[in-house]
Amino acid sequence: MTTHTLSVLVENKPGVLAHVAGLFSRRAFNIASLAVGPTHDERVSRMTIVVDGASTSVDQVKKQLEKLVRVLKVVELADGGAVERELALIKVRVDPALRGQLLEVAGVFGANVVDMSPTTLVLESVSSPAKLDSLLAMLASYGTCELVRTGRIALARGPRVITDEPGTPGLRTAAAGRAEAAA
Amino acid sequence: MEELTGAQALVRSLERQGVEVVFGLPGGTILPTYDPLLSSRLRHVLVRHEQGAGHAAEGYAWATGKPGVCMATSGPGATNLVTALSDAYMDSVPMVAITGQVGRSLIGTDAFQEADITGITLPITKHNELVTDPERIPAAIAEAFHIATTGRPGPVLVDLPKDVQQATAPWRVTDWPPPMDLPGYQVPGPPSRAAIQAAALLLLQARRPVLYVGGGVIKSDSHADLLRLAELAQAPVTTTLMARGAFPDTHPLALGMPGMHGTYPAVAALQEADLIVALGARFDDRVTGKLADFAPRARIVHADIDPAEIGKNRAADVAIVGDLRLTMAGLADAVAALTGGPSDAVQPETADWRAVLDGWKRQFPLRYTQHSDGPLKPQYVTERLSALTGGDAIIVAGVGQHQMHASQHYTFTRPRSWINSGGAGTMGFAVPAAMGAQVGRPGETVVAIDGDGCFQMTAQELATCAIEKIPIKVLIFNNGFLGMVRQWQELFYDERYSSVELGTAIPDYVKLAEAYGCVGLRCDRADEVDAVLDKALAKSDVPVVVDFRTHDREGVFPMVAAGRPNDEIVLGPEFSADEQRVATRREMEL
Repeated sequence: MTTHTLSVLVENKPGVLAHVAGLFSRRAFNIASLAVGPTHDERVSRMTIVVDGASTSVDQVKKQLEKLVRVLKVVELADGGAVERELALIKVRVDPALRGQLLEVAGVFGANVVDMSPTTLVLESVSSPAKLDSLLAMLASYGTCELVRTGRIALARGPRVITDEPGTPGLRTAAAGRAEAAA
Repeated sequence: MEELTGAQALVRSLERQGVEVVFGLPGGTILPTYDPLLSSRLRHVLVRHEQGAGHAAEGYAWATGKPGVCMATSGPGATNLVTALSDAYMDSVPMVAITGQVGRSLIGTDAFQEADITGITLPITKHNELVTDPERIPAAIAEAFHIATTGRPGPVLVDLPKDVQQATAPWRVTDWPPPMDLPGYQVPGPPSRAAIQAAALLLLQARRPVLYVGGGVIKSDSHADLLRLAELAQAPVTTTLMARGAFPDTHPLALGMPGMHGTYPAVAALQEADLIVALGARFDDRVTGKLADFAPRARIVHADIDPAEIGKNRAADVAIVGDLRLTMAGLADAVAALTGGPSDAVQPETADWRAVLDGWKRQFPLRYTQHSDGPLKPQYVTERLSALTGGDAIIVAGVGQHQMHASQHYTFTRPRSWINSGGAGTMGFAVPAAMGAQVGRPGETVVAIDGDGCFQMTAQELATCAIEKIPIKVLIFNNGFLGMVRQWQELFYDERYSSVELGTAIPDYVKLAEAYGCVGLRCDRADEVDAVLDKALAKSDVPVVVDFRTHDREGVFPMVAAGRPNDEIVLGPEFSADEQRVATRREMEL
């Protein structure tokens, strides 16, 4: 699947997620994943949206997102030009005889064991999307019984930051915000 | 500092914003606002159904260029605005809707008359907001009007919980508008000079150019520069359903309306064009027909204030993003400079092309036959109305055959004289929109051309018109059918007429008009049309409804079937098979 990764700065206000999600549903854009959380500026949240590029014109997605009043900035991260990570928790059912083998696989992929019962393991993996896919393929043969993924988050490599983009309001730290409010 | 209730702050904000009239209907959760409204200089027009308030606000905005305002209570009051909001969103109509909401502590509890109206209207508003802090009301209202009227216009909804209207807060506003907090809202800046220059050159180099004019020309008030541009470039002009009146139909360069029911010269000109200059138009499917076969040889210049329209349906060779008024002036200036220069001036070379188009206009005009003793034709009534009003009335239409006949056969000569529901195709639009238009332009003749199906959806606003002395004229083209649906069943469903017959006699529209305090007239003969229209147009103190009994089998032509290529345009029964053959097998050698 060809995907496009968009970094979207939005105002941290009620209803913003609904506006963004509603746009995708109304325009029949396909989301592969969406991760959202606050930035170092408490007024601003950052979404990382992975769009299915085969069925959706990413140019239209960007332009329509930019029209939303609470959206501050939309930037597409170039393939290979960004660090992309995803956190997954994976519960695997495993025969005690095969546990050692499974731990070896986990070790190769840098996944940690965060919970263990006589018949199951919970692995924690923080990795690139491609590596996570490989891990999941390996684990499938053991019997993955529960999986939760955060969705991709990403930052552009190198010295440029998203607020360097033209038309982006500057961000400030929460402490600076408090200082400004107090003044 | 002065303490105001949220309701008082709202009313004062509307006053400071310059609002003149609010169309609305009160109910439980908006009651606090209706109290200060009583002592305000704002005019409130009490409608009979909130949908009427919404369409009236739209009609007001279409007619005046100013944002329309409507107001309703929570729950059903708010949901009754939904159709009008959707309509305004599709047609980029600047409008602000204010709704009451249940008190903050009740939100989410399924309280009486609670509806999540910001959630419901999220995909059909340019923006909406639930205001939870009374102190934010002035900024929220200022922002709503700013968003509704700038950039690509559209509807904005402000939802106000009842207790927010009741709570007090200091009024801190000195200058209007107060500071707005819209860091993510950007109105496109001025258009690129380079793009304008490139477009002007393309236009003068083209041998078969067409100016494809959309509603943006009317919204940006750039009709004067459009006329200048067309004449300087000697480029023919087609005005979409949203743009009728942006260019005078009487002008030799006018081709009329393009699209599914467009004129043959307009549809064929776009198909054969080597350059299409789209001005505030969006390559809607009703204009392009089957997109892949639309204007196959044309290069595209696309000017629009909404960057998302560029390349959405048809790729642009030259894109000009920005305020169309600036774009149009820039284009006209650039063409003037190129054509008006000294020895190396470029001159338009469109004479051959215009000769072809003039030939098509003669060969394939809009055609219908009105026999003096035969059934009354809607086209004839429209043409008589056009003649008797000198093309000077404000015409408002609903959706369907009457709308197409009105758009085709009325001779529009000025902008903001044609109001209808384009993108959404909202039946029932005409009567309340005409009411709003008449309120906005009280001295003018406002005529709603409506179908009998449409009319019955919102006829209750006749009561509002009669009581508020809003003297609209409503011409019902009463053919006893959902006519356009009937036409599709005739053409595409093997003449199996399923649930489209309304009957002409029930209701009795004359009696209905009289019951609503209006004048009711009826006409079913061609030789009486002028007299009846004269009588209707003479009334300036009371609304008039005319029941025109029109032919039930009259279709709208030309027609391009939905999803078909524009080259498959059907001229209709008034043309011979030979003429149809000539029309579809054009051979262009230019």
